[in-house]
Amino acid sequence: MGIKRFPWLSRALAVLRKDLQLEFRTRYAYSALVMFALTTLSTISFSLGGSMADTDVAAALLWMILFFSAMTGLARTFIQEEEAGTVLALKMAADPEPVFLGKYLFNTVLLFSLTVLIVPLYLLMSNLSVANVRGFLATVLLGVLGLAGAGTILAAIAARAAAKGSVMTVLSFPILLPLLISAISATSTAFAGGLPESMMTDLGLLFFYNGIVLAASFLLFEYVWNE
Amino acid sequence: MIGQISLGIWMTAVVLASFLYIPAIPGFGATGETARIIVYHVPAAWIAVLAYLLATVNSVSYLLKGEAKLDRQAQVNAELGTLFCLLAAVTGAIWSRAAWGLYWNWDPRQTSIAVLLMIYAAYFVLRGAIADSDRRARLSAVYAILAFLTVPFLVFIVPRAFPSLHPDLGGIERVRVMSPQVLVVFLSSLVGFTGLYVWMYNIQMRCLSLLSKRVPVRGVRYE
Repeated sequence: MGIKRFPWLSRALAVLRKDLQLEFRTRYAYSALVMFALTTLSTISFSLGGSMADTDVAAALLWMILFFSAMTGLARTFIQEEEAGTVLALKMAADPEPVFLGKYLFNTVLLFSLTVLIVPLYLLMSNLSVANVRGFLATVLLGVLGLAGAGTILAAIAARAAAKGSVMTVLSFPILLPLLISAISATSTAFAGGLPESMMTDLGLLFFYNGIVLAASFLLFEYVWNE
Repeated sequence: MIGQISLGIWMTAVVLASFLYIPAIPGFGATGETARIIVYHVPAAWIAVLAYLLATVNSVSYLLKGEAKLDRQAQVNAELGTLFCLLAAVTGAIWSRAAWGLYWNWDPRQTSIAVLLMIYAAYFVLRGAIADSDRRARLSAVYAILAFLTVPFLVFIVPRAFPSLHPDLGGIERVRVMSPQVLVVFLSSLVGFTGLYVWMYNIQMRCLSLLSKRVPVRGVRYE
């Protein structure tokens, strides 16, 4: 097969397949993610109900749900390896970069499956009509990719640190803040149907943020992974 | 000794000059007196970002070379950077209160300084969470570099993309626009702050070097 000629990519896809298979068997990470997101969404919808007409508030709340769900769910990929004792085997099986790519793709799949469930539910419960659908979809796409990108390497760092739970959120917030600012601003514009030009600035920022963080993560992952 | 005394005299002169020598600048607040804070706020902010830049350079060098001294340098730069960042944030908030009536309103500039503080805080949380010194050095170096990439976004891009109340950010134009009296005191303050930074850096590095040379005792954790 053609893919076998590119060992880098085939190893990354092998890591992805392994994680997907494991996940499919237990569905532990996905259910934790979904339950967290649903709980948050229900609380917000219950307490705010009709007053989500303010598009700024609605946009901010949506991204808060996605951000904190990502914090809960993304760390699982690396902590699972540590708990199962398979870290050494994974280190021997492939270079750091394919491992990172595989984990990143897995986190992307995980977050997207969450987003596909939560975003329509959110729109339903908040009774919002999206004025600029394409812009909204582009924002969500780029935002989720960014969450997965930064989240993967930060999960790797947090998994190495002692107190695994809270460290991840503390580390992630400063790094994800530019992403959150741009995403919330663009989503708010998409809800309200504002000027596409301002949204283009935000989308541009999101795009470049993704590129920079991903490139840096590829380069730095080796130092996190290898002792 | 001479250096410390001259630094002390220099900074005293700067402080006195900022209140007695500089005239009130019209356009800043009700009386223009609030503009004096430029002598304290701007150098502190510059030093904070410079310190973080140095910490990042040290982190990169550490990852490439692996010398423990570079990790100590990164740590000291981060510590001092946090201090100056706090000073910049507080002076900025004081000025904001005097100029616009609010201490904090999440103006893009205020947001970026708050995030820089959060980055520093996260850096120290990470350092505190790892017991093994090699691992701690490596992971905090990676984090410092990763976080540094977001700083240009916040310091340069976001304030340009979103409107900000912060007085104009153009570095060179502002220097040309300043009257000679203000310029002299401002530059002297910058030199003084840098001298302060170098002095504190020197002391901290010597302390950490001595600490690292201690013979390890079982059960006692250093740093």
